[in-house]
This record gives sequence, C-alpha cells and structure tokens, in this order.
Amino acid sequence: MVSIDIETEDGQKEALRRMMLIRSFDDTAGTLFADGEIPGFVHLYIGEEGVGVGACAALEPDDYITSTHRGHGHCIAKGLEPQSMMAELYGKRDGYCNGKGGSMHIADVDAGMLGANGIVGAGPPLATGAALSAAQKDEDRVALAFFGDGAVAQGQVHEAINLAATWDLPAIFLVENNQFGEGTPVEKQHNLENLSETAEAYDIPGFTIDGMDITAVYEAVQEARERARNGDGPTFIEADTYRFRGHFEGDQQPYREDDDIQEWQSRCPIDSFASRLVDAGVMTDDEVESLRAEVDEEIAAAAEYAQNADEPDPTEAYDDMYAVSVPELTMFAGRSVRADGGSPTNTDQ
Amino acid sequence: MSTTSQTQNLTLVQAVRDGLYTEMSADEDVIVMGEDVGKNGGVFRATEGLWEEFGDDRVIDTPLAESGIVGTAVGMAAYGLKPVPEMQFSGFMYPAFDQIVSHVARLRNRSRGRFTCPMVIRAPYGGGIRAPEHHSESKEAFYAHEAGLKVVIPSTPHDTKGLLISAIRDPDPVIFLEPKLIYRAFRGDVPEAEYTVPIGEAVTRREGSDVSVFTYGAMSRPTMEAAEELAEEGVDCEVIDLRTISPLDRDAIISSFKKTGRAVVVNEAPKTGSIAAEITAIVQEEALLYQEAPVKRVSGFDVPYPLYALEDYYLPNAARIKEGIMETVEF
Ligand SMILES: Cc1ncc(C[n+]2csc(CCOP(=O)(O)OP(=O)(O)O)c2C)c(N)n1
Ligand SMILES: [Mg+2]
Repeated sequence: MVSIDIETEDGQKEALRRMMLIRSFDDTAGTLFADGEIPGFVHLYIGEEGVGVGACAALEPDDYITSTHRGHGHCIAKGLEPQSMMAELYGKRDGYCNGKGGSMHIADVDAGMLGANGIVGAGPPLATGAALSAAQKDEDRVALAFFGDGAVAQGQVHEAINLAATWDLPAIFLVENNQFGEGTPVEKQHNLENLSETAEAYDIPGFTIDGMDITAVYEAVQEARERARNGDGPTFIEADTYRFRGHFEGDQQPYREDDDIQEWQSRCPIDSFASRLVDAGVMTDDEVESLRAEVDEEIAAAAEYAQNADEPDPTEAYDDMYAVSVPELTMFAGRSVRADGGSPTNTDQ
Repeated sequence: MSTTSQTQNLTLVQAVRDGLYTEMSADEDVIVMGEDVGKNGGVFRATEGLWEEFGDDRVIDTPLAESGIVGTAVGMAAYGLKPVPEMQFSGFMYPAFDQIVSHVARLRNRSRGRFTCPMVIRAPYGGGIRAPEHHSESKEAFYAHEAGLKVVIPSTPHDTKGLLISAIRDPDPVIFLEPKLIYRAFRGDVPEAEYTVPIGEAVTRREGSDVSVFTYGAMSRPTMEAAEELAEEGVDCEVIDLRTISPLDRDAIISSFKKTGRAVVVNEAPKTGSIAAEITAIVQEEALLYQEAPVKRVSGFDVPYPLYALEDYYLPNAARIKEGIMETVEF
C-alpha cells in the first residue's frame, strides 16, 4: 500500500496538507532563523514540496529514504513530526537527534528516514546499501535517494548508481533539479541536456518529469517502485523544480533574476494542486483556506514547543559515541559540570 | 618590501582575497577554482571580485565535486599551473581526501622529484559559528600527519596575506586553513604591496618567563586574553602563535620551553591525536631536563563538533585557558 493514495479524495487532501505543512514549517523556520532564534544554517524546501510529497506518497510506509541538506520537506513527507523536527532545529534535547544534529542531520529510524545529510552526494550510497539490505533479507522494501542537481557531479553518486544497477537493487534515484547548486546554474555544472540521461550510462530507465506537479512525481515513483520490487533494478528520475528562496537563508542571490523566480512561483506546486482539487470539486476554496490555517496553527505550536524545550546537558555530548564508552570519554563525562552546579568547566581533560 | 608602501586596514578574509589578488596579478599561472568562487565570489566572499578582474580562465567555477577539483589541480600543477582550489568548508574536503593523501602529498616523492605539485588548497575551518559537525570542525592533524603536505593556519590579517603568498610561491603543496570564526572579527594593517611571511616560522605574540603557551588560528585571541588577565595576577605567559603546524617551528617551541620549563597547548581540535600531542612529544624529546610540570592540553573533546547549546562547552575560552595555565604554573 502506498503511503498516501492520491487516487482517492482523502489521499489528495492529505497530500495537499503535507505540502502545506512543509511550506508552513519552512516559512516559520526562515522567520525564526532571521530572528536569530535558530542558529547555524537552514536550507528551505519552499517551492519543491510536490517532489518530496509526491515521491513519499508513492512509497510504502516501510520504504527507506535518504535526504539532503535541504531535508525538512523530505522529513515531513515521510511522516516525521514537525514538533520534534523543530526541536532539532533549535538543538533541543527533544529533537529527533536529541539536539545533536540540527537542521542538516535529522534522521528517524522508525520512519525509514536515513538522514538529512550535510555532505552533498552522500545519500545515494546509503540508499544503495539500504536497498541491498532489503534485497538480502527478502523484505518488500525499496530505498529512494533524494539528491540535488549539484550532487550529480559527485563521484560517490555515480558509484552508488553503478552498484545498484549492476546488482539490480530495489533503489530509486531521484534528482531534485532545482536549477542551481548554490549559485551555479545547472548548465554550468553538467554537459547533459537532461540529468536523467545519466541513466543511459548505467543502462537503467531514466525519466525527466515536472517536479512542480505532484501527480507526475507520484506516478513516476510508483512505476519505479513497481520495477524495483519486481527485481528489475533501479530507476533514475529527474524532477524539474525550483527553490523559491535563497540557497540558504541570508543568501543574497546575485545569480538569478526576480522574473525567473516569479515565473516559477506561478507554477507553485501547492497552489496548482489546490486549484485542481477545487476544480474537480474535491474541496472548496474555503476548505483549502481553512486547511492552510489549520496547518499554520500546527506549525506555530511546534515552534512554541521547540522554543520551550530543554537544552541538552553538557555531559550528553559524550553520549552515543560507542556502544560501550571508551576510557577517554568516560573520563571527560564525569568532570564536565562543576560540583556547585554553576558554569561547566572542561579543563580537567 | 619598500618602506613607502601603503597599508590597508583589512579583515582576515579580505586579506585572503588581497593575497590571491596580489599573486594572480603577478603570475598568470595562478588559478583559483572551486564551488561558486567566480561570479558569486565564494560563500565567505574570499574570492570577491577576482572573476571580474581575471575572467573565466583564471577563476573557475567548478561543478560540485571536491575529488574532481583537487584531482584536476594535481594534473594542472604537474604541468605548469599553480592552482589554488577552494574547499567551501574544511569539512567538505573528505571527498578529496584520497587525492590529497594519495597524490597531492606524494607526487614529488613518488616520482623522485620529476613531478611536483605546487598548489594551495584553501579551506575555512574551525568552530564558533553555531553550526555542527562539518561546518565547524578542526581536523588539521589529518593533514599534518601526511608527509609531503605543509599545513598553514594564520590568525591575523597581516599573516594571512603574507603566508598565502608564501604558500602560492611554495614549490610544494600547502593546506591553507582559514579560521572562519575570525574572518571578520577584527581588522589589521596589511601592506598593499606584496610581501611574504615565511612558512614554518612561529611568532612570539607575547614574551613571558613563567609558562609557554602554544596556540594557533582562532584560539590565539582567547589565549592572548587569558595571558593578559594572568599578567595582572602576576603570571607571566609567553604566547607563541605557531602559524604553521606542519612543519612545526621546533626551534621556537624548544627554546621557549627551555626558558619557562612549562607548556600549555591551546587548540580547538579533538584532544586525542591532535597537534598538541606532537608539541608535547617535542618538548619531551628535546628538553626533558628543563621540564617543571606536565604539559597541559586545553582543547576540544573526542566527539564530533557539537551543536549550539554544547558548542560553548566545547570550544576553549579565556576562562578555561586560564585554568589550564594555572594548573601548569601551580604544579
Ligand atoms: C561535499 C560537499 N561539498 C560542498 C558542500 C556545500 N554545499 C552545500 S549545499 C551545496 C549545493 C548543493 O546543490 P544541489 O545538490 O543542487 O542541492 P540544492 O541545494 O540545490 O537543493 C553546496 C555546494 C557540501 N555540503 N558538501
Ligand atoms: Mg540544486
């Protein structure tokens, strides 16, 4: 069973809600970052929601995904909870990685989400491995790797595709071609007209689809999943999309024109899907708006929760390094907080 | 260096740019390459304006492929160019690690000097910017461990330009790590003209007689702060900024230690296997009989560079450095 059956009306509403949830989450994350609430770097998925939701909807709940530095959308699409995600962005203990990962490293074993990834191109090999594990254990699971157009230039991405193709693994390689790797346009990074031509080198099926159209993504991934589970090996999908915001929050974006942004914004995956649902009589305009309001409320609550959540204790820095801790860490751990409960000291190392 | 030359008041990152500009103007074989270094001027703006000045052939925007960038630079260097690849963050160098270790470092020795590999791999490194793991780590010891590489870490705008020019002119490969925490933290006088600061020479930032404190990079500032505060409390610290961590300035380390008999090493790298251990070993090997106290390491911890809340505990600060120094002094 697909995670969200978007052939049904309920499924369509749920898909729309997920996209809105991502939009609202990232809008909020952007604002909180600008306010100095969230530190580090945040890379927003705004504009690309149709890809993440379309793809994850077509997967089964037990399937695996790997994500990227721009991972919030993949997480929500795969069913992760906004409040624990937000807590992770804040570096709080209740976050998905107990506040140790931050925006770029959210992962959740239960959801089959092998991790956002601070290293561009690092996801696909993990997906190949997860697919190998599923095949070896005779489990009906596939692994889908999300990665960017920029990542297609990384050697390890090609190694991963070659391994999966050679071994006929149940993997799906999904490029989110948002037209830029940071500030460099895709045509300056690749010699291919369409990145899906990459598939030819590995003799696997390759398709370029409209990533602004959630149903196009859904159908492509559903077919790829079918092939994968039938033992026909991996598929390479290029979803054409666009990020409406800068590469990271704070990016001045000298590399693109407002006109281009507006042109793509007019194809917003959420608005276009919503108006299709309205046209088809699945929802009314009012229902769309109240869904949006509902989602905004959920995200505001998640942000408030995260703001008030606890910081990790300094001693937690030494947790989870090894299954059985090593002497050096044990030595640090006992000493890093002052006996008077005051400010910690780490000089006793 | 002409004494009439003008000086400019630059930040450390502006000094990087100025060093690149100076050498690119002087030598058309010098080529800057990397992700978004051209039109966009680099994520930290270290290459701002170079593309406008020198064009596509000299300032190359590359695809996102560190292994490809550094590997290409090896071929370029072997055949007459002087590439200066930028790695966006030192934590993103690992895809290129094979090229760096297997080829950049060894080409000269392996070919018995017939091939050389004059290149400078620049990367911002170090913590304090509220970002975890790859965006903040200090893994200079990886490169110092590999014979054939030189590893330079400046801490002032003046040294940055002078060391970068030395690195570009060096006949061997240099890993040039820039402490991003202090990219824009302060300004310093930098001559407009070209000048060099020699690789492999430490500098004494503060003379003192009680204890030698060895440091480099962004830790130089809190170390100086600690030393000044301790001076008021009657402890006279000698602060040595290593500037190059491979090859280490052994003479500077040994002679300072012989004078004080006590040493503290301050760095932000994880403690185990860091350059602090090497300095400790040098004083043991060369000046054991002068030693009055155990060598103290004030450093990071053996965990991945932590996020936000824990960062303040991870990075040494003046208070922690003072405590480390006092422990040594009072031993
Ligand atoms: C190995 C590595 N090199 C460089 C970076 C810095 N970086 C982060 S995102 C990015 C661009 C990624 O482009 P793309 O794969 O198209 O993904 P997008 O950001 O467009 O979603 C770069 C260069 C990194 N995180 N990892
Ligand atoms: Mg992209």
